[in-house]
Amino acid sequence: MSTVGALTRATLTKDLRLEWRSKDAINSMLFFSFLVVVIFSFSFDPTAEESRQIAGGLVWVAFLFAAVVALNQTWAREMRNQVLDAYRVSPAPPNALFLAKVVGNFIFVTVLQALMTPLFIVFYNLRALGPSYQLPIVAALGTWALVVNGTFFAAMSLRTRSREIMLPLLLFPISIPALLAMVEATGAILTGEFSARFWIVLLAAYDVVFTIASLFLFGFVLQAE
Amino acid sequence: MSGAVIVTNLVKQFGRFAALRGVTAEFTSARLFAILGDNGAGKTTLLRALAGLTPPTRGSISMLGTTNLRSVCSQLGYMAHPSLLYDEMSGTENLHYFARLYDVNNADQRCAEVICAVKLDPSLTRPVGQYSQGMRQRMSLARALLNDPKILLLDEPFSNVDVRSAREMVSLLAGLRDSGKTIFVVTHQASLLEGAADEFVWMEAGQIVSRTPDLRATAETR
Amino acid sequence: MKRVFPILAVLTGVLLGYALYQALVAAPTEQTMGPVQRIFYYHVPSAWTAFILFFINFFASIVYLIWRNNKADIVALVTAEVGVVFCTVVLVTGPIWARPVWGIWWTWDLRLTLTLVLWLIYVSYLVLRRFSSSGQTPLLAAVLAVFGALDVPLVYFSIWFFRTQHPQPVIGGGGSIDPRMLHVLLINWLAFSCFAALVCWARYRLEVMRRDMDETLALEALLEPHGSSTRSSPTGSAG
Repeated sequence: MSTVGALTRATLTKDLRLEWRSKDAINSMLFFSFLVVVIFSFSFDPTAEESRQIAGGLVWVAFLFAAVVALNQTWAREMRNQVLDAYRVSPAPPNALFLAKVVGNFIFVTVLQALMTPLFIVFYNLRALGPSYQLPIVAALGTWALVVNGTFFAAMSLRTRSREIMLPLLLFPISIPALLAMVEATGAILTGEFSARFWIVLLAAYDVVFTIASLFLFGFVLQAE
Repeated sequence: MSGAVIVTNLVKQFGRFAALRGVTAEFTSARLFAILGDNGAGKTTLLRALAGLTPPTRGSISMLGTTNLRSVCSQLGYMAHPSLLYDEMSGTENLHYFARLYDVNNADQRCAEVICAVKLDPSLTRPVGQYSQGMRQRMSLARALLNDPKILLLDEPFSNVDVRSAREMVSLLAGLRDSGKTIFVVTHQASLLEGAADEFVWMEAGQIVSRTPDLRATAETR
Repeated sequence: MKRVFPILAVLTGVLLGYALYQALVAAPTEQTMGPVQRIFYYHVPSAWTAFILFFINFFASIVYLIWRNNKADIVALVTAEVGVVFCTVVLVTGPIWARPVWGIWWTWDLRLTLTLVLWLIYVSYLVLRRFSSSGQTPLLAAVLAVFGALDVPLVYFSIWFFRTQHPQPVIGGGGSIDPRMLHVLLINWLAFSCFAALVCWARYRLEVMRRDMDETLALEALLEPHGSSTRSSPTGSAG
């Protein structure tokens, strides 16, 4: 019996290969992310000092918008031609599919962040006054938090009307503690005024709790008609 | 020869619409069953219920001796009108991925085997999205055959397929039946299965109304 | 059962009336805030009632997930609906109280923020229930309720720490409370709880009746072949 790990890897490889070939999602996402950064820069035009205070919030709201657009098309390929039925009929464990999708989305959103961040730094003259090594940690934990719940709720939304609005509607309230943590941690690191440690621990706890919950409950959602 | 599939008083309702209204039947193994009927008769719903995709509202399904459909799903092959394939990958790539899902041994060999069995070329690198409908249906059938299933559930496998391909598929199915597989084919083109099917099962308004080995008898009882 | 409901209704009415009198007339006036402070007797008990209802919703959802008990699903639906109403009361009375006393409409204090997040989660729960196809609604809703419940402690800690970093005015103040005020508070809470129980019960019976009717109509559709059903159904028959 194929292990969950091997199947996850196979599914992830397949997804990455498909995305590389079509490049439809990544191209539109890149442009959308760029637009978001530019619009935010027009809307909030503070001095360098103020910007450090609010940059945490701005950056993560921008990432959140980009992530939602990415998450909404998580299952698009499986819905075309009803491929999801082929998966449901097979003996493959649902968690392998879920993990592959989450990791795929994680990679996807991280690439977007990697491209948007320099733009933010440029437009807002950002410089971290606190321990900047913590920033990638916050980014990774925060992105995982958004992506693990986002992929799960995207699967739930498949069984509802108004699919595209259902995903953010379910995701945002549940993500509030994680969002608060991301924003505060980023602000703490950029301003250097206080420690981000509590927020990092909270993000890690959030990630653990919801990854376990999603793995536990994904089978139910997949088998729902 | 025990009943490979036993359906007992199967009811499936979607809200107030009753797609299946109490289907009771026993289907012996190593047979080819053609399931016929007008649109809305419940044929697709029955097949999806057998595949485990649609949980019944009431009643039970016993497959290969168990009512736990999930435990025997590795011995099932399912095909529907959508191709259940990724448009952006070639046929071989698709099958290699699905072979992983079923943990098929000797995947490379097996994939080539089933592609040849449906009379397609394993070396074709064109993405499935660019296939003709007939080719796509055949590749979908190949996918259903990957795990060498004991029971095949095929929903409209011949729709939009050219006559020659359809006839080839039918003889392939007859051969599979001869080797011991139990095959269910939902179709509107009953004449294609004349001579190959062991039994013609006619459904109407969510129930089975007749089962005969002879197509002409079915036409008369309608 | 049928007898108990009107009795409980009358009892609740009496209790609410008494609690109202206590809150608006009999309770001592707070020394710094004045009469406006009396809104506290609505603000706090509504919050407690809402939290209890959501707690019940969590348990009912777990019961549904494990045993697929339809009654549990109805309990979950009912407590979510009534809980959202009480949450709304908290969110409306908060600003009404805050504005004259502290000069601000909103504050990110623990209770108010926690209530807002719970309100958001449960409104999304109700939207999910409305937007999903009827067969899957109980399952998806139960899953969401579990997620929401897991979220609550995380929300609590994140707001708690946020407030230590960015101190905010606290509506209602901290510290001790006059025992006479505590007494009025508890009376109001009891009255609100009875009211919540009453409304939940009525809604529960309504939902049971609605589902029974749906099932009867479904059974009728089962017995008649398609197309020959003469009964007009409000939701229309599927194709």
